[in-house]
Amino acid sequence: MTITAPPTSPPSPVDPPLLKATGEPLRERAFKWMLWFCMAVGLITLVVLITYVLIKGWGRLDSRLIQNMPSSVLPETAGAQSAITGTLWLMTFTAIWSLPTGILAAIYLEEYADPNRWYNRAIEINVLNLAAVPSIVFGILGLAFISRGLGFGPTVLTGSITLALLVLPIVVIASREAIRAVPQSIRAGSLALGATHWQTIYRQVLPAAIPGIATGAILALSRAIGEAAPLLMLGVSFVRFNPDGLMSTFTALPVQIYNWTTEARPEYTDLAAAASVVLLVLLLAMNSVAIYIRNKTQRRW
Amino acid sequence: MHVKRTHLRRVIAPAATVAALALTLAACGGDDGTTDDTASGLSGSVLIDGSSTVGPMAEVANELFGESNPDVKVTVGESGTGGGFEKFCAGETDISTASRPIEEDEAAICEENGITFQELVIANDALTLVINPDNDWATCLTVEQLKTIWEPKAEGTITNWNQVDPSFPNEELTLFGAGTDSGTFDYFTDAINGEEGASRTDYSPTENDNNTVTGVKGSVGGLGYFGYSYYEQNSDSLTAVQVDNGDGCVAPSPETVADGTYQPLSRELYMYPSIESAADNAAAKAFTEFFAENDAEIAEAALFIALNDEQSSLLDSELADFQSAVDAV
Repeated sequence: MTITAPPTSPPSPVDPPLLKATGEPLRERAFKWMLWFCMAVGLITLVVLITYVLIKGWGRLDSRLIQNMPSSVLPETAGAQSAITGTLWLMTFTAIWSLPTGILAAIYLEEYADPNRWYNRAIEINVLNLAAVPSIVFGILGLAFISRGLGFGPTVLTGSITLALLVLPIVVIASREAIRAVPQSIRAGSLALGATHWQTIYRQVLPAAIPGIATGAILALSRAIGEAAPLLMLGVSFVRFNPDGLMSTFTALPVQIYNWTTEARPEYTDLAAAASVVLLVLLLAMNSVAIYIRNKTQRRW
Repeated sequence: MHVKRTHLRRVIAPAATVAALALTLAACGGDDGTTDDTASGLSGSVLIDGSSTVGPMAEVANELFGESNPDVKVTVGESGTGGGFEKFCAGETDISTASRPIEEDEAAICEENGITFQELVIANDALTLVINPDNDWATCLTVEQLKTIWEPKAEGTITNWNQVDPSFPNEELTLFGAGTDSGTFDYFTDAINGEEGASRTDYSPTENDNNTVTGVKGSVGGLGYFGYSYYEQNSDSLTAVQVDNGDGCVAPSPETVADGTYQPLSRELYMYPSIESAADNAAAKAFTEFFAENDAEIAEAALFIALNDEQSSLLDSELADFQSAVDAV
């Protein structure tokens, strides 16, 4: 796409368009190549990785993976059912804990908090810092305060609260960006028509911010679904049953994948690849829900 | 006004659907295998944690135990031997697995918290040193040579095979070993360097022994160590080093471990059931008994080196001690 409008008559070689020189200087071309190259690095790595797990896991990508429990006796009959259901439980409750909390915190920070107060600035700085804390630190926190302190043990409840704390800053930051992007004129108009502060937020600001909030929520849950380190810290490892409640011990896909990659028998690394594909599919399913929500609710002013 | 409200509703509906789907899926899965004719009627949960080396064996035991006890929920964690004892002595787990005996300070914490336990020796392992198949000079190494390679003062100075022995070729030495948190690292450093935890640090440490397999496969001058089962699974692409402890070269194998000639790198693996939990929790007691009574089958299925006759009869008496201690509570 060029910036200039298409000329009405074909340009003659002696009369080049005003805003575009004939032939790009080397510097311009080099810069464009560099951009292409940088984009290619990410894309090629992704394609190679996906191809690798698909090829390696292809032989095990069948119903056994979903129907059977993990097995250390026979690799042929091993599946990942307990890990898949564990991950679904974990993600459901991580979303339940983190999304309302994160979105409400963002509303407070954007719509109510006075940015000149020291405690609001402190909260803001802390949220930003928390987003950069390594996940293993949250694992230690979960082990010390939730698993032991509150006495919940290595259960779905502990795991989901730990992951919710881990992704909370991401939800808060993304939701704040989305709320901030709603034009002030919308708020002013709503208030001018007699709506209260809360009515303005609930009926105007939030619906308008939902595409951005949904994107942030999915980014957050995508991070949570792939986390193995904090769960390993909690002592989640190998179970052959599906969780039956919040207080049930469990395993999750990333933990099961890690577990299989450390097994001596090479069949288990194929299983790890197949389980990685399942993890990717779950991730893509979550992403498509977010895209659906975004497309349904997006509007322009 | 309602136009705006539907916006929110549109979002909530799919989100709720996803949540409901997740719960349904989880609930469906939960019904599996609960109706088994061979059910023992025993139910409850057993929490096991500890060594990642012993972990696979506990997992196999869990699986075989589950065939006749489908309602018992066994959780096997792998926080490492030390991490396992920490949880065990805090009363958080029923059974701790270990790749070394419990240490005095750990046992003291157990005693403080009123936790008594029975030590059971459940299998053997041969720490196996492996080299690249193209390496034809280091097929047998003495303990002194191994010490020269691995001791702390070798760091940065012993970097070539010809420094280990002048007859060895000029080939760069590439080392792979266990991560410092593992019981394997503790055992290896104790046996070779004479002090637990003393090791050079300029090697590639890993908690995942498959990284060592890949590393040694990929470099002619590579040398690494791990549990015997990893060598067994990769014996076509790696060579096991014979170890000379003064009485000639001995290769690691179930036989040399059982007859005690593979020294100093053969070790015993342990489990520590808590007497108090076993008295409280019939499932934990049944699991321990099942484990000890079927130890040979479990070790074989998990690719561990089974106990020899002497050790087996010791295990029987340890189990009897455990049972009478539980009955006495």
